[in-house]
Amino acid sequence: MQVETLGIFGIIFGVLARFWPVWIALAIILFFSLRFRERLGLYGQLFETGVGVAGVMICFFWLFTAIFAGTVAPFDPLAQFPIMKNVLPGGIEPESGQAFLFGGDRLARDVFSRMVYGSQIVLIIAPAATLFALMVGTTLGLPAGYYGGRIDSFLSFLANLVLAFPVILLFYLLVTPGIRETPIPQWMAGVFFIFPIVFFVTLFWTRYRSRPQLLAIQLALTLLIGGWAYLGLVFDADPLGIISISSNQLNIFVAVVFASAPGVFRIVRGLVMDIKTRDYVAAAQTRGETPWYIMLWEVLPNARGPLIVDVCLRIGYTTILLGTLGYFGLGLAPESPDWGTGIKESSRLLRAYVHPALPPVFALMSFVLGLNLLADALREQSLKD
Amino acid sequence: MLGFILRRLGVMALTMLCLTLVVFFLVNLEPNLKKLAISQLDMRSSAAELESWLQKNGYRQNFFVRYGQWLGVVQKQPNVDPETGVSSPRFSYCDEPAEPYYGGILQGDFGCSTKFKVPVAEKLFPALGATGILMFWVMVVMVPVALLIGVLAGMREGTRTDRTLSVASIATTATPEYVSGVIFAVIFASWLGWLNGSAATATRQGISFYNFTLPVMTMAIYGIGYIARMTRASMVEVMTQQYIRTARLKGLGFRAVVIKHALRNALIAPFTVIMLQFPWLLTGVVIVEVMFRYQGFGFTLVEAASNNDIDLLLGCSLVSVFVVLSTQLISDVGYAYLNPRIRVQ
Repeated sequence: MQVETLGIFGIIFGVLARFWPVWIALAIILFFSLRFRERLGLYGQLFETGVGVAGVMICFFWLFTAIFAGTVAPFDPLAQFPIMKNVLPGGIEPESGQAFLFGGDRLARDVFSRMVYGSQIVLIIAPAATLFALMVGTTLGLPAGYYGGRIDSFLSFLANLVLAFPVILLFYLLVTPGIRETPIPQWMAGVFFIFPIVFFVTLFWTRYRSRPQLLAIQLALTLLIGGWAYLGLVFDADPLGIISISSNQLNIFVAVVFASAPGVFRIVRGLVMDIKTRDYVAAAQTRGETPWYIMLWEVLPNARGPLIVDVCLRIGYTTILLGTLGYFGLGLAPESPDWGTGIKESSRLLRAYVHPALPPVFALMSFVLGLNLLADALREQSLKD
Repeated sequence: MLGFILRRLGVMALTMLCLTLVVFFLVNLEPNLKKLAISQLDMRSSAAELESWLQKNGYRQNFFVRYGQWLGVVQKQPNVDPETGVSSPRFSYCDEPAEPYYGGILQGDFGCSTKFKVPVAEKLFPALGATGILMFWVMVVMVPVALLIGVLAGMREGTRTDRTLSVASIATTATPEYVSGVIFAVIFASWLGWLNGSAATATRQGISFYNFTLPVMTMAIYGIGYIARMTRASMVEVMTQQYIRTARLKGLGFRAVVIKHALRNALIAPFTVIMLQFPWLLTGVVIVEVMFRYQGFGFTLVEAASNNDIDLLLGCSLVSVFVVLSTQLISDVGYAYLNPRIRVQ
């Protein structure tokens, strides 16, 4: 049976129209950012260069696409319409009258909807895994750089150990169905997820020790929220049943944190070694502040510039890693709409059909490009000061 | 200097020991051993048959004994039939002797590949050779292009050339191999038909421009941006130095200043970066070889990992860790050699 198709302009306008909530949100953000540019500090300065604006807008574009995925995507990413198998871009699905804007794939699913829903997976896992890696790397990098000596040698040896592994081999060993039958991912999650709690408890403790009332509130909140998330994520035993993570997602998450934490560790360690020779650190030491107070409240805030740049780049790199996992079919379910899996599926059939390969490819590329441009603009701004 | 290198070699050996122990632990997890047994027998084997196969081939010995056997400090035992007492070699296809012997990494024996039914060395080294050819061409393309872009961009900071080239190099760092591979294959193989979208023929019939360009291009493009940005940063820094200004003020042309005075100093930092690119290239090798079906090291690694071929996978990890660590060492030593201000203690 022949499927009706839209022309090339029909496809372009169709795509632009589907993204309407994203355009509105972007317009609002752009308006307010330009309006209050002077008052927004570092974020406002990003809007001074073309590279910065492009970076911010691409990142926000994918963020809003992920948020409004349900509205933007016309079809369910897993739904199959047998008549639409391998249909070329613009084919109209007869029942709903909606177009398959980027065509259909091998299993007769809408490529456009899959790309849109794929952004959700990427934008949840990549930034979250990067933040956890940042916490782990920072909590270990601060003492390594500050104390030096044996702690430093030991932690650096461990970090170099992980860094000497080619990432792909690490993933082939750590992200397998077999390993999910063992408690290893749980152990690793148990170790990694404790770091944010330790970090915040130490952060508040060192600063507000002399104000017990305030400290009590902060500690109670940290332990409550942290403990709740910890129970839900590691033991899958959230008493309220809100936070839960499937075992293969936990596996991916843990592997990605494990692969990127040593990189953060090295950067933090280097920054701390540089900053600890400054006068304000010597002043704090003379005042008799505790080492952890100096690390968390004197050194860390002054290392934020390079760290923010690194986080931007690292989210991009994590996105690439997730794509690699998807490309090798590790961890994510085979029908998962994420971009890496999409590229794997379609690149095998490239000789026959080209169109299912291109949307996930350009989505991944543009998102990473946006993050890299953002990092570049941030670096330029921090060099100016 | 000699002491420094010796100490680094010691740390390297320790790192390799720790890492192989970790890999050994992971490949010997219960589910992985099951997977191995199933792939060696067949899907319908009962649990008892799988267990007896594992028992018979020595996979149930103590973990550290087996690690020692792989290292070559503990004797490898042949299979002994419990009823007749006759001993036979463990894997007949690998020419293993039928009596206990020391055969591990220290003796230069990489073990036996259960997937390809050959000794690991016979599979691993030809694959490494194939990957070496790929890497050679990638380097030949990547390094000059990246250095040229970096020098052109960093020569005059802030000009239009600089901005265009910088954005272009940021774009290539945002393009991992599986993305650029698909794009190039679509353009050059599907639409234009100039190049072959598969390098499978390269293994048998030798490499040619037709079947080898796409893999090389795909791998080079990801590294180009990174090296170019490092070169640019280093070039920009050099161009603000006093001696460049002096050279300009004494009346030397811009071209002569760049080539004679700036270039040599600007290329020290990229040297380190190029050396540290090797671990990244290893990941790239795996992706590109799988994507274009080129039978090299990456292809072997994926085969070994997906079939849980223990000895082959250990061999692969040993090689890759060795490559990563030795390039780090070369980069440190080379940096100290190129930049006389750096002294190693």
